[in-house]
Amino acid sequence: MKRLGLFMFAFAVSGLVAGAANTAFAAGKLTLYCSPQIEWCQLMVKEFEKATGIKVAMTRKSSGETFAQIKAERRNPKGDVWWGGTGDPHLQAAEEGLTQEYKSPRLGELQDWARRQAEQSGYKTVGIYAGALGAGYNSELLAKHKLTAPKCWADLTKPAFKGHVQMANPNSSGTAYTTLATIIQVFGEEKGFEFMKALHKNINQYTKSGSAPIKASARGETTVGIVFQHDAVTQAVKGFPIKIVSPCEGTGYEIGSVSIIKGGRNPESAKKWVDFALDPKIQTMAAQAKAYQVPSNAKATPPPQAPDLSQIKLIDYDFKKYGSSAERRRLLKKWDDDVSTLPR
Amino acid sequence: MNRPAALWLAVGWGGFALLPWYGVEDGFWSFAWLFDYPAGADAAPALLQILLFGRWWLAPMVLALAAPLVVLWRQRSDPLFSTVLLAAGSFGTVCFLVQGFAIGLGGWEYATLEAFFGPLADRQFGMGYGALLVSASFLFLFAQGIAARGAINGDGFVIGSIALVMALVAAFIFFPVVRILASAFQDNDYNFVPYLFVEKLFSRDIWGVGCLTANVNCGVAWNSLLMAIVVGVSTTVLGLAFALLATRTGFRAKRLLRLLSVLPIITPPFVIGLAIILLFGASGTVTQAIEAITGTTPGRYIYGLPGIWLAQTLAFTPIAFLVLIGVVEGVSPSMEEASQTLRASNWRTFTTVSLPLMRPGLANAFLVGFIESLADFGNPLVLGGNFDVLSTSIFFAIVGAQNDQGRAAVLAIILLAFTLTAFWAQHRWLGHKSYATVTGKGDAGLHVALPRRVTWLVYGSALPWAGLTAVIYFMIMFGGFVELWGRDHSLTLRHYIDAFSITTGAGGLVWSGAAWNSFWTTIYISLISAPLTAAVGLLTAYLLIRQKFAGQEAFEFGTMLSFAIPGTVIGVGYILAFNVPPIELTGTGIILVICFIFRNMPVGVRAGIAAMTQIDKSLDEASLTLGASSFATVRKVVLPLLRPAVIAALVFSFVRAMTAISAVIFLVSANYDMATSYIIGRVENGDYGLSIAYSSVLIVVMVVVILLIQLVVGQRRIGRRDEAVNVAFGAGGAVG
Repeated sequence: MKRLGLFMFAFAVSGLVAGAANTAFAAGKLTLYCSPQIEWCQLMVKEFEKATGIKVAMTRKSSGETFAQIKAERRNPKGDVWWGGTGDPHLQAAEEGLTQEYKSPRLGELQDWARRQAEQSGYKTVGIYAGALGAGYNSELLAKHKLTAPKCWADLTKPAFKGHVQMANPNSSGTAYTTLATIIQVFGEEKGFEFMKALHKNINQYTKSGSAPIKASARGETTVGIVFQHDAVTQAVKGFPIKIVSPCEGTGYEIGSVSIIKGGRNPESAKKWVDFALDPKIQTMAAQAKAYQVPSNAKATPPPQAPDLSQIKLIDYDFKKYGSSAERRRLLKKWDDDVSTLPR
Repeated sequence: MNRPAALWLAVGWGGFALLPWYGVEDGFWSFAWLFDYPAGADAAPALLQILLFGRWWLAPMVLALAAPLVVLWRQRSDPLFSTVLLAAGSFGTVCFLVQGFAIGLGGWEYATLEAFFGPLADRQFGMGYGALLVSASFLFLFAQGIAARGAINGDGFVIGSIALVMALVAAFIFFPVVRILASAFQDNDYNFVPYLFVEKLFSRDIWGVGCLTANVNCGVAWNSLLMAIVVGVSTTVLGLAFALLATRTGFRAKRLLRLLSVLPIITPPFVIGLAIILLFGASGTVTQAIEAITGTTPGRYIYGLPGIWLAQTLAFTPIAFLVLIGVVEGVSPSMEEASQTLRASNWRTFTTVSLPLMRPGLANAFLVGFIESLADFGNPLVLGGNFDVLSTSIFFAIVGAQNDQGRAAVLAIILLAFTLTAFWAQHRWLGHKSYATVTGKGDAGLHVALPRRVTWLVYGSALPWAGLTAVIYFMIMFGGFVELWGRDHSLTLRHYIDAFSITTGAGGLVWSGAAWNSFWTTIYISLISAPLTAAVGLLTAYLLIRQKFAGQEAFEFGTMLSFAIPGTVIGVGYILAFNVPPIELTGTGIILVICFIFRNMPVGVRAGIAAMTQIDKSLDEASLTLGASSFATVRKVVLPLLRPAVIAALVFSFVRAMTAISAVIFLVSANYDMATSYIIGRVENGDYGLSIAYSSVLIVVMVVVILLIQLVVGQRRIGRRDEAVNVAFGAGGAVG
């Protein structure tokens, strides 16, 4: 019996000791909500800790999850800074007053599109990278099913592609919402929804996460995935037979952003993080983490594999209009009612 | 002087006058709060909060702590003693709760209070250790008051335990559930909008039946029900086949069956799902083979119900097996012999005698499979395709871009209604009929051989299934050692190095692998929560079996409730309940520990009940008669006899803490990331190799820890068989 008691005691004590060892004293602290892939998050944290001595506690969650979390915690914010992830939820957070205005001294070095987005948000968020929307296809599967390679959005609605296309659900994924908004800006609202209805017949699954379609395509679970082009590049670099499509009608793009959370506990560290994230040297390192977006600092060197934005037909994406909560809710409801309920 | 009362009073005063009243930012155990103790606004104890910072609402509690001082030297039998303790305990608790819920981060929590008292300039953060001690003190003073009145033989320990368990269950099970119910009636800005509830409850994507006529998705409620029924039936049938195989046939490798039955319990979720994709997905091994043989392209048939069904049946059949094996063994041979003596054929005996006697076991197995399937989160997430079910819909209602707490709450209520109905049916249906065939009478007959067609059926279903399980586990182990699973099968240790590398740096060893952080957190949280779970569970079992008190049934229902609540529901409830004061726990490790304790406690209770009913009460009574207190009796008589139950509870809560995902995914935070949520993040990102490598390591760690626990806790030293471990595993399966 004594042995049992001793054992239980040792069990609990070993846990407590391990816990106490975790809490170290440090120069400063920062709680980071990180939305891109984990390698990139870890690289950034490592470099930031090395450069500033500030200890970073990081959670990786998708941009939708992070937005939900910040909103849930708004009366008692736990995070300090939110880095990465598509710009829409960042703009939404700015609109709802969840994030805080900050003008980094590096603003002047940024590309036009990044500066414009910062202005539109009242300097509550700032762009760190951009990536164009597009599609990727698995060339082996394409050949197996004797399909011709798609070049335009319209190609994806051809009956031959029935059951071959995958995209995320715009209700759960920022990527897919960008797709919906892009289609509407390319074709106009009425024709855009006609397009979505035609596309719906070819979709084999609406995934929850934005980059899931291209991962499924890489493993041969679907032929085509509608995703951001840099996500397709990542799969191609990993060695999967993925080819990238820049739609001929023109396409939209996302601006990955960084925002300081209002009411966070370490605002000074958060500002340092934003300056750090806009540093051209740091932005150039993204390729090490297999991230192939175009950096926002004009002095940074884009990774050689990154889709060249000057070669892609980009539309003049209206971030203000399509990033607003009201428009977003209206379009999603319309998509829910008119498109998702149709038979396939 | 009354010692127990004095002790709890001292604890109360310590909490009130010495320890920080509010939660301190860096955590209590970092002791960083000592820097501005005692006069800093954050670290001050309650007494100084009143005197220095004008937090007058804490003052009434002084009364409740002062009053018992007056009667402390009186006789316990003095009516004044019990009256004062009862009054102080209840008054203190009420003051404590009222101030906690009325004043929050933004001053007054309720507009009516603000209108009445005027706006409050101050605000309160979550409560800390000071508040914890004071509330505990009120609770136990109240319990001492009841004991002094003579209830339950005036046993302070028993009454205190009952009060403690009740308070914990109220705070960590009922309170979150109530918060969910409340938020179903709120819009996203916390306004009370009842019609939204009706609108969401009857929405088309929950109850739609369009799939019957056209190729659209049916409502998630129907999908979930369909899935749960199909899985419940198939796991019961297969579980029965395995149980018959193990007990009624000459099958040799019975030990292997046991091994196979434990494997899924220690397998992290969604690993089976991944293996199924690689076997049956559009480019999976099996699918390719079908293509090569038949020339057709089956495509994405696995995504949706077929995939979920396969994965869940693989995962839950062993649980059905464990539930059924006891029942199949328990069928009395003499009844079967009687049937044969009356010249019934083997077939007739089996269908009219054996099978009906197994009915309660079959019903039990079905309901366990049904509840498990409803609560499962990992497999539908990986394999669901367009087939949405309740558990995943709840998750995406909260984390998706739609971010609709009310909808999540409504879905959670529906899921809760389903599982509680199943649970109730199980309780109700099995509670009233007598199927007892194990009696004290001599019953040494031999079981009748199975009819031949049944034997063939048993072999024909069980063996291929066992083969499939083996293939899947081989795939899983193999997947950790190949470059790119499914594409490039050159052998590599890269994934293990990525996850678990250790390098030597300037400051000695550097845990540079990507998985170490979440790995140590998981071990640490699991090691803390396992003994606590066992302790709370066994204590509850002791109260239920050995004590008689009013409201015992409600007490039992409360403690078993978390058994029926799916993990996603608990996760949402914890977020809603514990993100804002008075109890502010999100982002800490404590919330994970608490979550595990109350989700796994029913297993400890079940194991404890099973073991304790075997121990004759006269042993306790002998101890009590010889003058030992009930605490000493528990410690020196009951507990040593409960070793198997202790093992079962420790093992089970440890394993569950290591593999849980559904509730955990809501509760992890920057400093406390758990292995399963880390792995699911990597799965989302397509890093199958690393996920599989990490899962394999977890499996090995669990096996080692289970063996270690068995070794250290040891066997109960009486010469009987101990079935408690099996009982607990079978019963414990129903925790989602």
